[in-house]
Amino acid sequence: MSTHVLPGLAPDSKIKLPRSAERTLASGLTVIAIRRPAVPLVELRLRVPFGRAPLPRATLLSQALFTGTGSMSSLEIASELQAVGGGLSAGLDPDRLLVTGNTLAAGLERTLEILAAVLTDPAYPADEVGTERERLVDHIQVAQSQPAHLARTALLKRIYGRHPYAVQTPEPEQVRGVRPAQLRALHADRVRPDGAVLVLVGDINPEKAIDAADKALGSWTGPGKDGNVPAIPALETGPLLLVDRPGSVQSSLRLAMPAVPRTDPDYAPLLLANLVFGGYFSSRWVENIREDKGYTYGPGSSIEHFLAGSSLVASVEVATEVTGPSLLETVYELGRIASLPPGEEELEQARRYALGTLRLGMSTQAGLAALASMYASFGLRLDYLVEHSAALAAATREQVAEVASRYLAPAKAVTVVLGDAERIEGQLAALTAVERDA
Amino acid sequence: MKIPATKYPVERLTLDNGLRVVLSPDRSAPVVGVAVVYDVGIRSEPEGRTGFAHLFEHLMFQGSGNIDKLEHARHVQGAGGSFNGSTHLDYTDYYEVLPAGGLERALFLEADRMRGPRLTEENLRNQVDVVKEEIRVNVLNRPYGGFPWLKLPPVMFSTFPNEHDGYGSFADLESATLADAEEFFERYYACGNAVLAVAGDFDLAKTTELIKRHFGDVPARPAPARPDFDEPDLTAERRESYTDRLAPLPAVASGWRVPDPIGDFTGYLPYTVLAEVLTDGDASRLVDRLVQRDRTVTSIGGYLGFMGDEYAVRNPTALLLQAHLPPGGDAEKVLRTVDEELDRLATDGLRPGELARTQARIATHHLREIDAVLGRAQPMAVLEQQRGRPELINEVPKLIGEVTEEQVVAAAATLRPERRATVEVKPGAGA
Repeated sequence: MSTHVLPGLAPDSKIKLPRSAERTLASGLTVIAIRRPAVPLVELRLRVPFGRAPLPRATLLSQALFTGTGSMSSLEIASELQAVGGGLSAGLDPDRLLVTGNTLAAGLERTLEILAAVLTDPAYPADEVGTERERLVDHIQVAQSQPAHLARTALLKRIYGRHPYAVQTPEPEQVRGVRPAQLRALHADRVRPDGAVLVLVGDINPEKAIDAADKALGSWTGPGKDGNVPAIPALETGPLLLVDRPGSVQSSLRLAMPAVPRTDPDYAPLLLANLVFGGYFSSRWVENIREDKGYTYGPGSSIEHFLAGSSLVASVEVATEVTGPSLLETVYELGRIASLPPGEEELEQARRYALGTLRLGMSTQAGLAALASMYASFGLRLDYLVEHSAALAAATREQVAEVASRYLAPAKAVTVVLGDAERIEGQLAALTAVERDA
Repeated sequence: MKIPATKYPVERLTLDNGLRVVLSPDRSAPVVGVAVVYDVGIRSEPEGRTGFAHLFEHLMFQGSGNIDKLEHARHVQGAGGSFNGSTHLDYTDYYEVLPAGGLERALFLEADRMRGPRLTEENLRNQVDVVKEEIRVNVLNRPYGGFPWLKLPPVMFSTFPNEHDGYGSFADLESATLADAEEFFERYYACGNAVLAVAGDFDLAKTTELIKRHFGDVPARPAPARPDFDEPDLTAERRESYTDRLAPLPAVASGWRVPDPIGDFTGYLPYTVLAEVLTDGDASRLVDRLVQRDRTVTSIGGYLGFMGDEYAVRNPTALLLQAHLPPGGDAEKVLRTVDEELDRLATDGLRPGELARTQARIATHHLREIDAVLGRAQPMAVLEQQRGRPELINEVPKLIGEVTEEQVVAAAATLRPERRATVEVKPGAGA
């Protein structure tokens, strides 16, 4: 009979990287192909350097990328892709234009051909661009009614100041002013293979997949442009920034702290310190303000990486009436991780979680594609997983404590709170200096 | 394009206590997914206890016989894994996805709470607070909260199980008692009412033994009788609207009843294809017409089941269309155009290639889902529970590929205005 004792864990096997190949084409496009044949699909990610591109145009370009080529309408692009089970879409972050897609494995060549047509022969027809422009404006307007978006916007402005990362969503008025000719010009200038990385993951022979990419995208040429963004500024501490959202039934708390890129020796210990603090469900912050106090559904804390720098952001939505107490507990937990070493067992737990998460992330085609593409845009390859795992495994309690004291100190945090100012200003002002958003 | 198939193995067994088990080993990645599904959902909540199925789901994470509060999460995450649960109309699921070495631990944790969660007043009050915050985040503090999954059922349906708010009213949540929870567990969380599924990197024989070891002493309790929640179809159009004080732009959603997803699967499948013909991508009928040509909507989506659970929902359910409109947009006009396009489809049929390309894309979506261990374990558990057919997970692309143009056209012809329930969002924000 069972005695109901928690079973131990069988040891993990060594991380096994999937078979892959890489080639930089004559055009400067790097192609990375990774074999995971589990299902007969291919995942595709293309990242094109887009730093410092004018935001309203770049945002609309990403929305309108598939509106037409010299020989295909948007409808034809979509139906030709669909015919091979394929789909492509585009997005933008402050550093890159990102094309994401997938297709039945047998449709890879066709999907690459259509992608090539979109990249080399874009039309940006006035009518379709007009439609996408209006959709984008509506979309931004809806985003601006969402507390998470408003809090993020305020936080970015607060931490990045005059740096290009400070604004990541254009204003509707700016988008309305963008003309198709400007998209064509921006495309000609910036949608270039030099420095771009294409990642293909799935039921493929990696060498052959690269050949297919070379053949389809060989005509995509042209020099890249220096899109390097200056390093992000150091965080400037100051009073808590309060952004009013009258009638809000919750407050959105955001705390930004410094962080380091993935290759920094401090990174693995910082990642572990962040987990112990608030980076996963079994963290102190979640157990405290959710599972003990019931102030929130889900706090979370994570490290965000951009090419020009990294930061650590803790985010939580809490009931309006407990906004002050929630800040108090948050500062307490930050202070605790910054001042005292973590317990042995809680560190081991966080370490196993971090290591396990890497394996889970690698276990699907889409996960591998996301990892490989993201790493590649920072100049890393999948073998970083092995290196990073080793660093996570090796980080000592002393290192974690030391790094936490430097990065997770509440005195170094920049805090933004969005909520019903009338109801929460007093609660917050009891704890710290508060300034209202202008 | 030939639609490919998968061949994930499917082994089924039933333990002596009535627990059904589905096992699907696949060693392509060193991870496993474990799902336990109970045959109880939002539709089974008693009146006066809206939101209780979901609240109870939260209580299942608050400790059990050999597990203290907070430990469930710590044990799963400390094994390198992730966990969660979710409450649906017809079932509630619990799952872990972990590196393969954590499998036995996940089985232990699921068995322990299947024997009984640790229900305390303190945990109940704490989780009522947490659920209220969840509702604030997802419904009350954001535009379009609960649209349309909470807003359309009361328009379409007339009986409590089908129409009520599955997140629950604050009053009902606050009045929930420990006795309610104990009774709910006793009635619905019987092991005869549950299915366990495991997918991923494990040895079949060894895991079968582990499952018997951990779940074998869960007391046998039979599944309660499941009521038939059917309601008559609509005979006249129903339409309601409400003002969303946070929404800057109008929106509209309509639903039409579809055939019984289980009792009449052959009749149901064409609707899954129809939904994609209408709304999947820029080449679909309604995106082309309403978004691209008329510009009367900024986005439109179509799907089966109020929670998008097309193969995990029982009768009665619906095909839904939901659209977001530009400033000043006219929902009436959008509905008229939808009717026009449905008429066109019903009258003129599909265009050359339209069916095949839609089927190919559906296959990609499906294959992508099931590449993940949890994307297999969770649906396999539900397919076993609702249909006794977990192997359907391998068959969906082929069955979709067999749907004919005539069937899609016939399905389109049933989406008449007089069978439609519609809810409109009036923008209440100043933007």
